Amino acid sequence: MTESMVHTRCPDVSFSKEVFGFWIYIMSDCILFATVFATYAVLFKHTFGGPSIGDLASLPFVFIETLLLLTSSFTYGLAMLARYKENKQQVLMWMAITFVLGASFIAMELTEFAHLIHEGHGFQGSAALSAFFTLVGTHGLHVFIGLLWMILVMVQVARHGISSKTTTKLACLGLFWHFLDVVWIFVFSIVYLMGAI
Amino acid sequence: MSDDHSVAIDSTHHHGTVKSYILGFSLSLILTIVVFACVSQHVFSTRHLYMAVTALACAQLLVQLVFFLHLSTRSEARWNMMAFLFTVLVIVVITGGSLWIMYNLNYNMVH
Repeated sequence: MTESMVHTRCPDVSFSKEVFGFWIYIMSDCILFATVFATYAVLFKHTFGGPSIGDLASLPFVFIETLLLLTSSFTYGLAMLARYKENKQQVLMWMAITFVLGASFIAMELTEFAHLIHEGHGFQGSAALSAFFTLVGTHGLHVFIGLLWMILVMVQVARHGISSKTTTKLACLGLFWHFLDVVWIFVFSIVYLMGAI
Repeated sequence: MSDDHSVAIDSTHHHGTVKSYILGFSLSLILTIVVFACVSQHVFSTRHLYMAVTALACAQLLVQLVFFLHLSTRSEARWNMMAFLFTVLVIVVITGGSLWIMYNLNYNMVH
């Protein structure tokens, strides 16, 4: 297969109307997260006498979570590159790896939440805890939905191969997945790192 | 693999290259390691540590926007850039405004 065949058969949709529309949605989701961050900023000190969020968190644990999500963003990029080479098997392989990394991130986050709740630091414990669970939980929920969506797109690509339709879906999921890693930059910086200072 | 004259984008085909993704990933990784190391080792004073975390977070944001999300001023991406800049404006107004208001309310409750 020559390079020229790749691009006449399946054009790049990165800047198509559909994908731009999805970008607009991503921008609105950024605003949503910004408001949740603002809420956290107002409430994080109100611990009702309990420990600060910084005291409750483990930096090495969050560091591993960060590496998982960051690497998953990278591997999704590799999936997109495989798409441009119209290599269906490679697309599916990189997506599967991305999925495993993302699922590991969620598993770690659920463990963290379960541990906090078990220790008596559930979301009803204080304003700070409510804000923490809302912010980190909203991000985690987005990642979880992204994982479900990823399975669906993988099934579509497996069945219908690489076409302009599946490419559009891959592009939109890609924007969503990278955006989640971008939001995570701010979650780990503001909640965990600044909490630990 | 086509030639890319810009490091972040394959200029003929308007998408990333293996090199650009690896570069973006490496930079993000380094910024992540540095910021976690600075905080856990308490490398600076408290005030400077807050500034460092903010700066490193913004740096990683830019890296990921350019290398993963392909944000640029190229003609295809221009409307994406416009939407992004407008979003930043909205966020600054809403978040900054909310924090200002809440600070003000809190002040009036306490004094």
